[in-house]
Amino acid sequence: MTDAAELRAAVRDFLAEHDPGGDRLEFLRARFDAGLAWVNYPAGLGGRDAPRELQTVVDAEFAAAGAPDNAPSRNGIGLGMAAPTILRFGTDEQRARYLRPLWTGEEIWCQLFSEPGAGSDLAALATRAVRDGDDWVVEGQKVWTSFAHKAKWAILVARSDPDAPKHKGLSYFVCDMTDPNVEVRPLRQITGEAEFNEVFLNGVRIPDSQRLGEIGQGWQVAMGTLMNERVAIGGGNTGRESGMIGVVAREWRDDPEVRTPGAHDRLLRLWVEAEATRLTGQRLRQQLAVGTPGPEGSAVKLAFSRLNQEISGFELELLGEQGLSYEDWTQRRPETVDFTGRDPGYRYLRAKGNSIEGGTSEVLRNVIAERVLGLPPEIRTDKDVPWKELPR
Amino acid sequence: MSTDLLYTEVEEDLRSAVRRVLRDRCEVSSVLARCESDEPYDLALWRTLAGELGVAALAVPEELGGGGAGVRELAVVAEELGRAVAPVPFLGTVLATAALTAAGSADPIAEIGAGTLVTTLAVGLTTAPSAPISPAVRVEGGTLTGTVTAVVDLEVADRVLVPATGPDGTGLYIVDTADSGVGRTPVTPLDLTRRFGTLDLTGAQARLVAADATPVLRRALLTAAGVLAAEQVGLAQHSLDSTVEYVQTRYQFGRRIGSFQAVKHRLADLWSGVSTARATSRNAADALTGGDAGEAELAVALGQAYCSDLAVLAAEESLQLHGGIGMTWEHPIHLYLGRAKSAQLTFGTPERHRARIAELVDLPGV
Repeated sequence: MTDAAELRAAVRDFLAEHDPGGDRLEFLRARFDAGLAWVNYPAGLGGRDAPRELQTVVDAEFAAAGAPDNAPSRNGIGLGMAAPTILRFGTDEQRARYLRPLWTGEEIWCQLFSEPGAGSDLAALATRAVRDGDDWVVEGQKVWTSFAHKAKWAILVARSDPDAPKHKGLSYFVCDMTDPNVEVRPLRQITGEAEFNEVFLNGVRIPDSQRLGEIGQGWQVAMGTLMNERVAIGGGNTGRESGMIGVVAREWRDDPEVRTPGAHDRLLRLWVEAEATRLTGQRLRQQLAVGTPGPEGSAVKLAFSRLNQEISGFELELLGEQGLSYEDWTQRRPETVDFTGRDPGYRYLRAKGNSIEGGTSEVLRNVIAERVLGLPPEIRTDKDVPWKELPR
Repeated sequence: MSTDLLYTEVEEDLRSAVRRVLRDRCEVSSVLARCESDEPYDLALWRTLAGELGVAALAVPEELGGGGAGVRELAVVAEELGRAVAPVPFLGTVLATAALTAAGSADPIAEIGAGTLVTTLAVGLTTAPSAPISPAVRVEGGTLTGTVTAVVDLEVADRVLVPATGPDGTGLYIVDTADSGVGRTPVTPLDLTRRFGTLDLTGAQARLVAADATPVLRRALLTAAGVLAAEQVGLAQHSLDSTVEYVQTRYQFGRRIGSFQAVKHRLADLWSGVSTARATSRNAADALTGGDAGEAELAVALGQAYCSDLAVLAAEESLQLHGGIGMTWEHPIHLYLGRAKSAQLTFGTPERHRARIAELVDLPGV
């Protein structure tokens, strides 16, 4: 069993042979090959079968040496969702082909799940995949796709059998985003920016060798992917007053003009909730680290969404006249969502998405009620009906 | 060492042991029946918990004759006692043992630990850990005179630790409640499972325990407030569990009421709140066990600010979702509601704790 001391030694040996100030990509490739990329992955695939929580040890050692990282925020879907899915459901060939350039960031990934008619009800999706020899021909429209304009690959769920009930007729593919039959259009949002995209799949041919999992098993594979997404949302060790509450607390300290008695109590209530939510996330990570993942991720996401919305609205009220203005309505394509680095108006508008993206708060409450508390499931009229007969 | 928000195996073992005793000896219907009797507290149960499981002097260092565990373990016991709204002199004991520990006094620890001698601390139950300390009791010619209201567990206490001011400053004294010059007047409590009363001292004999009572009281109040947060988590967890159980069995409109989304979502939110309360309560217990004093104060204020309100919410939601049966005397929800609402006022309201947080993290008011 690998321990922290062994890993530190391995990083030191690696650094002795590779200059952290040299070519970035070469350094990252070598780090992957040395099994120091994601230590919990198998040997030969960037890891060394070590416990997942030891990754922080490795990352800290590299950071201390001033080594380049793989810019995880530039490939969040790849690292957080595609990689664990490929690891679990991919063939040896697929793992060998995709994982290294994914980790180094040479190939960016996006996910093609949601559609205009299938958001929370993901299994209702209508994008068709029709078998044609060794290929599948894919036709349909996806939406809310971040990174699509930068991505080399996408993880894609499509309907391979319209005669089967909706959860049973899906298959899961890796789609080449540079295919000329993939059309990516910026989707402008209420912030004025085009953070996401619409993606039109106009008869894209995908070789069957790029299928992940069995035909008709797409739902199970997608669920595995989404579990990883929730873990990723709960992840990230943060300190006191990180995120939006820190922004507002600093404003409060810096500008006595904004202070009123009513605002003071609201600020303190929000501070308490933010700190309590942060500790809940920390507890969740500690559970993950000892191998007993709790369902607290859903609670953290619910609380985080609500808090971000409340605090960003509160901030505008604090700012008065300044809260009336907006920085810039130009349609831009941001690399990442960065609340603390942006303007108050942007924060207010962007936070509205927090209770919708990655599972709406309503769906998360159902998940908690049914899977955690064991309450009766919602009444389903669509479960055993062939997908093509469902009302749409 | 970073904050550990989980439960250790030792803590889980302790929890199981306490839960087993409470399941056998502290069924909620018997708690309800006891409330109307002459003996609202179950001192035999307390002697078992103290004598056999060692919960009374659990967090007192071994060199003072205690169990040598920490506030983390004590907090786990509190969770279980909160789940059962157990009518035992726990909170007074926490106050007294924390005070004796802070004072470095082994004086009556052995008897407290055995459960044979109930001891409490003469501070008003609503006093926040950061509140100014100015005792109403005076030292005159070596005896104590004065009145302290809302002293928890007073009716069943054999001894009371009393902060009192004399020519040499404010010291902490110990008084035997059987002595002359010691008067006790019980108050009819909103929380039927936790009793308190007024202590009247008129020339009562006393023995000095600590020459400077202020740091001792601060530490006792801080510890008890942190432990109370855990009790609130236990109460909230029980409110949630019993409500989930109920909505699975109650049919209306031809369906289990737990199948209605309006009910499911409220319970999902409550579950999220309990998870959050648990994290803040663990944080407080951990800080009280090993952390530095400043961190412990902030952690306790945070835990109380969150858990007090959450416990009330849990009891109130439980009552609402039980419908009419929840309004009856025979159903025990009111015991939980009374405990939750009283605990919200105990050791400072959430508003007081938020005000303290404002001082500690530099978020000044107008």
